Amino acid sequence: MKNLELFSNKTTAIIFGYQQKAIQRMLDFDFVCKRTTPSVSAIINPGKDGIHKCFMGTKEILIPIYPDIKTATKNHPKSDVVINFASFRSSYKTTMQALDEKTINTVAVIAEGIPERRARQIAEYAKQNGKMIIGPATVGGIKAGCFKIGNTAGTIGNIIESKLHRPGSIGFVSKSGGLSNECYNIIARNTDGLYEGIAIGGDSFAGSTLLDHILRYEKLPQVKMITALGEIGGTEELKIVEALKTGKIKKPLVIWVTGTCASMFPSGVQFGHAGAKADGKLETADAKNDALKKAGAIVPNSFDDYDKKIKQTYDKLVKAGKIKPAKDVEVPVIPEDYADVVKAGKMRKPTAFISTISNDQKEELEYNGIKISDVIGKEMGIGGVIGLLWFKKKLPAYARQYLELAMILTADHGPAVSGAHNSIVAARAGKDIISSLVSGLLTIGPRFGGAIDGAAQNFKDAIERGLTPQEFMKEMKAKDTPIPGIGHKVKSINNPDMRVSLLKKFVKKNFTCTETLDFALEVEKITTQKKNNLILNVDGCIGVCFVDLLKSCKEFKKSEINDIIELGCLNGLFVVGRSIGLFGHIFDQKRLKQPLYRHPYDDISYMD
Amino acid sequence: MAVKGIREYDGKKVLFNYLSNEFSGFSKRAKMLALVNPTTTKKDLLKKHPWLKTAKLVAKPDQLFGKRGKHGLLSINKDFETTWKWIQSKMNTTQKIVKTSGKLTHFLIEPCTPHRDNEEMYVAIKSNRDSDTIYFSLHGGIFVEENWDKVLEIKIPVLEELSAEHLTKLPKVKGRDTEIRKFLKGLFNLYREGGFSYLEINPFTFEGNEPVALDLVAKVDDTSMFETNHIWKDLQFPASFGTSMEKEEQFIKELDEQTGSSLKLTVLNRKGRVWTMVAGGGASVIYADTVSDLGFAKELANYGEYSGNPSTEHTYLYAKTLLKMMTVEKNSKGKVLLIGGGIANFTDVAKTFTGIIQALEEFKTKIKAHKIKIFVRRGGPNYKEGLVKIEKAANKMGIDIKVFGPETHMTRIVSMALKGDK
Repeated sequence: MKNLELFSNKTTAIIFGYQQKAIQRMLDFDFVCKRTTPSVSAIINPGKDGIHKCFMGTKEILIPIYPDIKTATKNHPKSDVVINFASFRSSYKTTMQALDEKTINTVAVIAEGIPERRARQIAEYAKQNGKMIIGPATVGGIKAGCFKIGNTAGTIGNIIESKLHRPGSIGFVSKSGGLSNECYNIIARNTDGLYEGIAIGGDSFAGSTLLDHILRYEKLPQVKMITALGEIGGTEELKIVEALKTGKIKKPLVIWVTGTCASMFPSGVQFGHAGAKADGKLETADAKNDALKKAGAIVPNSFDDYDKKIKQTYDKLVKAGKIKPAKDVEVPVIPEDYADVVKAGKMRKPTAFISTISNDQKEELEYNGIKISDVIGKEMGIGGVIGLLWFKKKLPAYARQYLELAMILTADHGPAVSGAHNSIVAARAGKDIISSLVSGLLTIGPRFGGAIDGAAQNFKDAIERGLTPQEFMKEMKAKDTPIPGIGHKVKSINNPDMRVSLLKKFVKKNFTCTETLDFALEVEKITTQKKNNLILNVDGCIGVCFVDLLKSCKEFKKSEINDIIELGCLNGLFVVGRSIGLFGHIFDQKRLKQPLYRHPYDDISYMD
Repeated sequence: MAVKGIREYDGKKVLFNYLSNEFSGFSKRAKMLALVNPTTTKKDLLKKHPWLKTAKLVAKPDQLFGKRGKHGLLSINKDFETTWKWIQSKMNTTQKIVKTSGKLTHFLIEPCTPHRDNEEMYVAIKSNRDSDTIYFSLHGGIFVEENWDKVLEIKIPVLEELSAEHLTKLPKVKGRDTEIRKFLKGLFNLYREGGFSYLEINPFTFEGNEPVALDLVAKVDDTSMFETNHIWKDLQFPASFGTSMEKEEQFIKELDEQTGSSLKLTVLNRKGRVWTMVAGGGASVIYADTVSDLGFAKELANYGEYSGNPSTEHTYLYAKTLLKMMTVEKNSKGKVLLIGGGIANFTDVAKTFTGIIQALEEFKTKIKAHKIKIFVRRGGPNYKEGLVKIEKAANKMGIDIKVFGPETHMTRIVSMALKGDK
């Protein structure tokens, strides 16, 4: 092996795969180790470039994203580690690519389920090129106070509890990543802490072996004692036995091989790891524990004594003066993620917005507290939805019908009125449907469509001030304004507007209060005496009936009725209704592939 | 996911199909293999395999165990009627093979190849870390182990291809040299391309100019499926002989297949007093080890794991399955449930424990009636919250519970639970 030390507190890694959580966990570790540079230099997100934003402490940093390994290594020649999160399908190819890069010395292969032949090819290729593989099927490893591979050692809280933010004197290696967390905990509680820990992975053919790392620890002067966890199946531990016998391992080695229970199981039970199955007596846990003990390793009677053996061995080394216990260092305060703190109920902040009409945060969408399934199930219709979202009321059936009736009646009034005309011209100019719609809607105001609102306000006001129809007309005349909602271009008292007749009939039948309508009809009697087309028109009728609707429904308080009228809800009703018609004209024009409209010169009077 | 044994039927089928370009008779041979199971009818079998009516046949159980001759489980050189009767006499009977008992359910029928004993050759391929090794002997058959010194070993390093040079060591066999080399090369290619981890043909012989595999044992690496599917086709992975799934094991297996997390269960002894619900594959082995190391192997009721951040719902169902089995039969000494685990990396302890608490709630009366003591030890994301929750909930239900975190050695709850129990 070219490098005895795989990692330092200057080591930087290239991460293959856009593993945002793992990257943040690495940077949090860097922060508690007081590293000066982040341990992640680059990310490879196959086929894409970009920038990833993450935190080093409270500071936001940017990490470049590259489309492939070659570009990443070219831009970051000092990074000698690749952490490969590629899937079991593509792990082989990407690992081999990484091994081909001159600047890369160590590749950690995270994926589980890589074919054994591929794992063997990777292992052999790395060996021939003097490079280190950690994995496959591993969480990685950690060098205390220096560098952490991906998700190793779990949460930052656990990392600090297990004193992994500063180096101790113990080297550790195991197959299992999950158990290595547990062992770092044991080591922290019984010694001065971990120096380095590697999980080689649970497959039958790990890229580097237990012995590879034990021999590294043997040569590293900072490691005073070696701990390891073996596993049933395979002959790896027997190689450790050989190394012990031939004196290649001189430092105290505390080791336990798990799987002693296997003899009680029916044949063929596969434990968690692919490699954890004994083929023959030599591969059983008992045989391996015995052989290790005989060869001079410190082997407990059971995992239950593993901690005690580690403590005894460590204490002996301290007593003999071979270990000067590493000192504890202060841990910087780790900033917590806002989302976590809020989730834990430890932080509050004033909100920028309030919403009272709907909620999409519940299991089911709600309109003013009513579940969407009930809105549909109870056939509340568009009228009911307007009631919930505009007025925050559950409207009775007749009120919902009235709103829908109003929208049906206002949906369209032919292509010639200003709204439709504008939409048609915009659509023919090749504008998109929303621009075309808005171009029509923008004409709605005091002269077009606004009469609904005006009628409602004026008639309501007159009644509230106790005016008689005559007094009201006098007042309007004095202001020199036409009465909103009165008058029609073609319809007259003799040729009544069908829409108005329908509305009146519906209102008389269903509303308990019709005083505004009645008042308006009294006004109409007077105006039609002057000119027979000064009738209550459809806009006026919708407006005044709407006031009666609010007064009929017990749900509305007086102040609420005033709010609704003043807020311009009636204009809203017209806009929603008319949008249906405007869209109709827009689609019509587009379907007909009508060209750009240009107004004829002869229709414009040029006054010089 | 790991190395799995395959049926001789499938192994031969894959082999014959793979080498059908090299040996012209193989595509026909691939079709002359029949697998009989308890639901096979004579009529359907003969309809699918008309060759059975005319050929002399060999039949044997095909359930991942060897030494069938020694156990009297071979029918050789018989016509179809005799063969069929023989199979029916063995079908669904229980046989003891070495230590394992199991039902015979699958039989292979193929044409019989008459040959002389001195024409039985041996070939096997095994994998080591850095190479694949071909074992070859002219003295195959049941005596190959006695004649192991005559077996030739050829190592092919993992990054090297098999070349003619590797095969120069092979002994000369008059008239068969080319065929043997061609066969070994083909087998080796199949072994590598087909994701095999073990292949043994003992013996093979010759019929005309073509080799015939008489007995074949193979294991494949099922993780290579995405690369080898075109060779495997619909390869089956039967459970090893003598294993049958309990109802609860089947249920947990189905749950496991629903999720990305891992749920495993093996029932060892329903009457056992020590039950485990352990998070993590590595930790679950260690808990079982410790129970066994402390001398309570016979009382261990189950082995299993839940890991990879399973949902609250799945954890609940897992716990419920265990509690249901635990509360079938009372034991005067009471029982213990070890809710163990190491320090989790990803699994949200509070979330999974919520599922366990739901199951405890459902079984609280029975838990008390069966005198079940619960010991908990766990660490990882949100472990403090999880531990407090389960302790409070169990205390409220009046269940005997002891709860520990990472400050307590992982397996200490095993000794605590079993202390003074011997």
